[in-house]
Amino acid sequence: MSRTTEVYLDSASSARLHPAARDTLLAALERGYADPRRLHGPGRDARLLLDNARAVVAECLGVRPDEVGFTSSGTEGVHRGLLGLTTATGRDGIVHGAVEHSSVLHVVQWRDSPAHASIPVDADGVVDVDALAAAARAAGVGAVALQAANQEVGTLQPVDALDLPAGVPLLVDAAAAVGHVDLPRRWDALTASAHKWGGPAGVGVLVVRRGTRWTNPFPGDDGLDQVGGFPDVPAALAAAAALQAVLCEREEVAARQFAQVERVRSAAAALPDVEVVGHPVQRLPHLVTFSVLYAGGDEIVAALAREGYGVASGSACTASTLEPSHVLAAMGALTHGNVRVSLSRDTTDEEVDGFCAALARVVGEIRAGAGL
Amino acid sequence: MSADVELDCRDLPCPRPIIELAKALPGVPVGGLLAVVARDPAARYDVPAWCRMRGQEYVGEEAADDGAPRYVVKRLS
Repeated sequence: MSRTTEVYLDSASSARLHPAARDTLLAALERGYADPRRLHGPGRDARLLLDNARAVVAECLGVRPDEVGFTSSGTEGVHRGLLGLTTATGRDGIVHGAVEHSSVLHVVQWRDSPAHASIPVDADGVVDVDALAAAARAAGVGAVALQAANQEVGTLQPVDALDLPAGVPLLVDAAAAVGHVDLPRRWDALTASAHKWGGPAGVGVLVVRRGTRWTNPFPGDDGLDQVGGFPDVPAALAAAAALQAVLCEREEVAARQFAQVERVRSAAAALPDVEVVGHPVQRLPHLVTFSVLYAGGDEIVAALAREGYGVASGSACTASTLEPSHVLAAMGALTHGNVRVSLSRDTTDEEVDGFCAALARVVGEIRAGAGL
Repeated sequence: MSADVELDCRDLPCPRPIIELAKALPGVPVGGLLAVVARDPAARYDVPAWCRMRGQEYVGEEAADDGAPRYVVKRLS
């Protein structure tokens, strides 16, 4: 049972719409309905808004507007991005980190190749970039996928330290990182998702640098302008407005969140048999994951909801597949009793302290119930 | 390999097999083996993780007579 007063600590699944996005969306809904390819007035209006959205997103990401395409989700961006790179290179093999988002793993499963390789991570979830670069030199490898930051444990990946052979392009999935940390600079294609940074859902971003060979792997032409069909112009503009606003306030928000997460990390680690997972320093500012020995992830999520806190879990009992999180498994971390807390831009210190106190109560009660 | 204590957690969802491990450990002599049979896919990761967190030794995985995974733990302390 959820309360209307529940404290939302799951922004990494989907952030609440940023106020800047709401205002822009409402205005753009009135003006951005027409087909941006048409030459009549409403068409030119829609074109103006779409071009504006691309220009703003490009500026925020430090790229050129014609390198930016809007997809229907971050997942679609990864699918089109990765398959577009391998289609262009003519080699299906994809080398990727073991803890990549499921959208990357699904591409690998969908397009079979003996040259696919999954590169292990250490106990903090950091991908071995030397092993990744070595694997990328094997015959048949057409692209490499490495995330900027991990979506479940927050660990930043050393993307810029990756030394890839010429002719093997790199796609960086930046969905968890955009708006929170500086992005890597050395990549050929980059993907992101607006609802993770406070934009509306249904807007993904696929950036392909000029000079990178990329071929649309699905029906349609090779341009990024309308890569997935008719674009949602108002949502794209709202996503751009949210990104701009989030970057303006980022330094202040990230510093506050980093300290708040430190409090959650300390409070969780102080509980008996609770293991905080993910890199303690090279991490996203707003996200922390821990696993509670002898507790079910679903039990903890439900108990915290009763206490008024909404969190996520990577445990099998909370997943549609009933499989434990591949991220936690790859790190050798405990997969049951898992809780992921991700702060919103306006989460207060009082809410964080309230959560820490609730967590201690909930863990104590569940353990007592199990006879431990 | 034979164990000093054998737990049948075939049909228990995680974390129950791990809870049973923790409850059974005091009945195993130091240096002795404790085995748990568990079908839940999380046990494959959680038995070794439990050993690491609790300072016990994870010996390895075998198959029980019916093919269900059987995880063997050595009590160190």
